[in-house]
Amino acid sequence: MYISFSNKPKQPDGSHDGTESAPRRPAGLRTVSSTVVGFGIVSMLTDISSESVTAVLPIYITSGLGLSLIAYGFLDGVYQGVSALVRIAGGYTSDRLDQPKWVAFTGYAIAAVARIGLLFAAGFGAILAVISADRIGKGIRTAPRDAVITAASRPDNLGTSFGVHRTLDNIGAAIGPLLAFFILLLIPNGYLTVFAASLAFALIGVAVLGLFVPNVRPRQAAAHAAVAGGGPDAAAAPVPRPTFDWSVITAGPMRRVLAAAGILGLLTIGDGFVYLVLQARSNFAAQWFPLLYVGTNVAFLLFAIPLGRLSDRVGRARVFVFGHLGLLAAYVTAALPVTGAAATLLCLVFLGAFYAATDGVLAALAAQLTTPATHGTGIAAAQTVVALSRFVAAVGFGILWTVLGRETSMFVVAGLLAIAIPLIALLLRPFLSATGQRQVS
Amino acid sequence: MTARAKWVAIILIAVVALGATAAIGVYAWVQYQARQHAPSTVPTAPAAGWARGDRIVFRNTAAGAGYGFVGSVPLDDPKGARALTSVPCDRVAATTRDFSCLQTVRGITPTYTGTIFDNAGRMLLTWPLPGVPSRTRFSPDGSLVATTAFITGDTYASVGFSTETAIRSTKDGSSFGNLEDWTLLIDGAVNREPDRNFWGITFRDDNTFYATAGLLTTGRTFLVKGDLAARTLTAIADTVECPSLSPDGTRIAFKRVTSGVGPTVHWTPAVLDLATGKVDVLRIERRNVDDQIAWLDDTTLLYGLANSTPGDSDVWQLKTDGRSAPAVFLAHAWSPTIVHADGSSHG
Repeated sequence: MYISFSNKPKQPDGSHDGTESAPRRPAGLRTVSSTVVGFGIVSMLTDISSESVTAVLPIYITSGLGLSLIAYGFLDGVYQGVSALVRIAGGYTSDRLDQPKWVAFTGYAIAAVARIGLLFAAGFGAILAVISADRIGKGIRTAPRDAVITAASRPDNLGTSFGVHRTLDNIGAAIGPLLAFFILLLIPNGYLTVFAASLAFALIGVAVLGLFVPNVRPRQAAAHAAVAGGGPDAAAAPVPRPTFDWSVITAGPMRRVLAAAGILGLLTIGDGFVYLVLQARSNFAAQWFPLLYVGTNVAFLLFAIPLGRLSDRVGRARVFVFGHLGLLAAYVTAALPVTGAAATLLCLVFLGAFYAATDGVLAALAAQLTTPATHGTGIAAAQTVVALSRFVAAVGFGILWTVLGRETSMFVVAGLLAIAIPLIALLLRPFLSATGQRQVS
Repeated sequence: MTARAKWVAIILIAVVALGATAAIGVYAWVQYQARQHAPSTVPTAPAAGWARGDRIVFRNTAAGAGYGFVGSVPLDDPKGARALTSVPCDRVAATTRDFSCLQTVRGITPTYTGTIFDNAGRMLLTWPLPGVPSRTRFSPDGSLVATTAFITGDTYASVGFSTETAIRSTKDGSSFGNLEDWTLLIDGAVNREPDRNFWGITFRDDNTFYATAGLLTTGRTFLVKGDLAARTLTAIADTVECPSLSPDGTRIAFKRVTSGVGPTVHWTPAVLDLATGKVDVLRIERRNVDDQIAWLDDTTLLYGLANSTPGDSDVWQLKTDGRSAPAVFLAHAWSPTIVHADGSSHG
C-alpha cells in the first residue's frame, strides 16, 4: 500500500490536509515541496554548526588544550554505535506519536543546547559532552526528518526531494569547516569564536525548523486520505487510527531491502581506508590527505539531485543497487598502481557518486515501501542496518588489511562487491524499477 | 503566528545570534592582535645568538611576540634570555646542526607538514603529514628522523583513533614506511590484530629504536624494539607509552596509564630499567602527563604540562629517584631537546 500525500508549495499557509492525490507533474527541482527545502536549510545550518566544531576539534584538543587525541578517538566509535541505536528509537517514537517534526526538533534542540556548554566550560569534558549530545541528537532527528520529507513529497518525486535535501545538507557540511578555518586564520586561537558561531547556526537552524517547517502528520493524513476516498466531506468524519505494524518492516519488500542494504553495507569499508590506500601511493593524496573528505563531499552534493531524479524515473532500488558500482570503481581506482592527481580525484568523484546514489535514495526507497504510519521506523531501520553493517565491514577490513596488505585486500573487497551487486539486483528484482508512481499494494 | 511574525522572529534570532558571534570574534581578534604585538612576556635575545653551545631547543609558548617559534636557551641558564628563530613549530626536535619541525600550515583549510631546517633556517627537506602532529625525534647522529602524526581530517571515517609513525632518512628524505606495515612480534609470534597503532619513537642508534605499539581492540600497549634493517618490531614490555631512552642507554622513561580509560585516562611518568626489567612509577608526580618525556641528564626527566593560560605550557623536571617533587624547569615552553655542542643530543 502506498498512499500519496502531497504538500505542494503553492498551498496557502502550508496547510497539509493532503487529501487530494498528487497531480501528474514533471519531477524536478521546482516541484519539490517548500517543506523539503525548508528542512534542507535546517540541515544545512545544523551541519555548518556541527562540522565547524568537528573540523577544529583535533587542533583544539592538541594545541588548545595540550592533550593527545587518544581519548577522543577511543570514544568516537562508541558514539557512532549509540547514534545508530538511538536512530531506531527516534523513528519509532515519531511514528507512534505521529509527530515527526517535534521529535526531530528535540534532536536538533539537544545538539544546540549542548553547544552553550562549550562557551563556558571549554575543555575536554565539555567537548566530549557536546559530541555525545550531538550524536544522540543526530540519532534522534534523522529518521523523523526523513519522514517529514517523505510526507511532504509525492510518490513520484521522493528521490528528487531527498536529493535536494542531501544537497543542502552537504553544502552545510562543506561550509562548516571552511567557516571554522577562516575564523582560525583571522584569529589563530579563536576557538571560542568558532564555538560561538557553531551555537549561532544551531540556534538559527532550530528556529527555522520550529517556525517554518509545518508539522506534517503522516498517519493522520493517511487516515484522512483513506476516509476521503469515501466522500467529499470525509475530512469531517471521525478519523480511524491506522495502527503501527511491525510486519511492514520485518516482512515483504522491506525485509529484502534491509537484507540488500546489510549485505552491501558489509562490503562498504569506509572512506578512511580508501583515503589511506590513496595516501600510501600518491604524493598528491598524501599532501591533501586531510582534505580528501571535502572532495568526496563536493562530489556528493553535485550528484545528489541528478541521481535522486534518476531514481524517480528508473526506480530507487535500481539506483541504490547500481550506485554501488561507484564504490566498486572507487576501490579499483584506489588500488590500481596509478599515481598522480587524476586518479585520486577520480576516486573521490566515484565515492561521492556512490553516496549520492545510495544515501538519500535508500531513505526514499524505504519510504516508498512502508506505510505512512511506519515511515520513520522503516527509514531508521534501513539507516541503522547500513551503519551497523558498515561498522562490521570496517573492522573486518582492518583484519584483512593486516593479513593481506592494503592493495590485495582492496581487490578482494572489490571482487566480492562485483559479485554481490548482480546478486542483490536479482534479490530486489520484483521492485527494481518501482518508482512509486505505481500503487504498490 | 502569522507569516510576517515568523519572518520578524527568525530575522531577530539570526541578527542576535550572528551579531553576538561577530562581537565575540571582534573581541577575540583585538585581544589576539594586542597579544601578538605586545613584547614577549619573557626576556628574549636576537635570533643571531640562537643554537650556540650546550643548549635546550624548544617551542616558545610565552605570550607576545615570538609565540610558537622555535628558540633556545643555554643549558646552564634555562631562565635566561631566549634566542628565538622565526620558524613556528607545533613539535620540535634538534641536533647540533638541524632541527625537525612539525607544523600546522594555516590556511583556509589547514594542512600538516614535517620539515628539516638547518640552524640558519634553510629548509632542507619537507614532507606532508596526514594530520595533527604529535612526536618527532632524531637518531643520535641525526641521519634519521621519526615522526608521529594523528590521522585526521576524515569526518566520515569509521577508522577511529589512528596514528602514522614513520622513519625517514634526513639525507635524501626516503621513508622507511608506516610502522603499521612492519612485522610486529609479541611473545615470538607475528601479531596480526587489525587495530594496531604505533607512536612515539626513540632511537638507540641508526638501526635500533623503541616505540609504542597499541592494540586498540584490547586496549593493550607494548614497548617494542625496532630493527630498521629487518623491518621488525619486537614487544619487550607491556603498558608502556611514548618511550624515551636515557642518555646512557640503560633506562627508558615513559608514561604509564595509572587510572581511568578513554577520556578519564591518567598517565604517570615511569622509568624502566632495560637490564632488569624493573619499573619505577614516579607517583610523586600526581598530574596527568601526556608527553613524550625527555632526559635532562641520566637522573632527571623533562616533560611539558599545560598551564592555566590556553595554548601555554611549562616544561617540568622530575628526578628519577621518585623522592623529589617536580619543579618548573623552563616556563612557557614545550617540546624540549637537550643539545650538546660536542654533537650529542637527547630528547
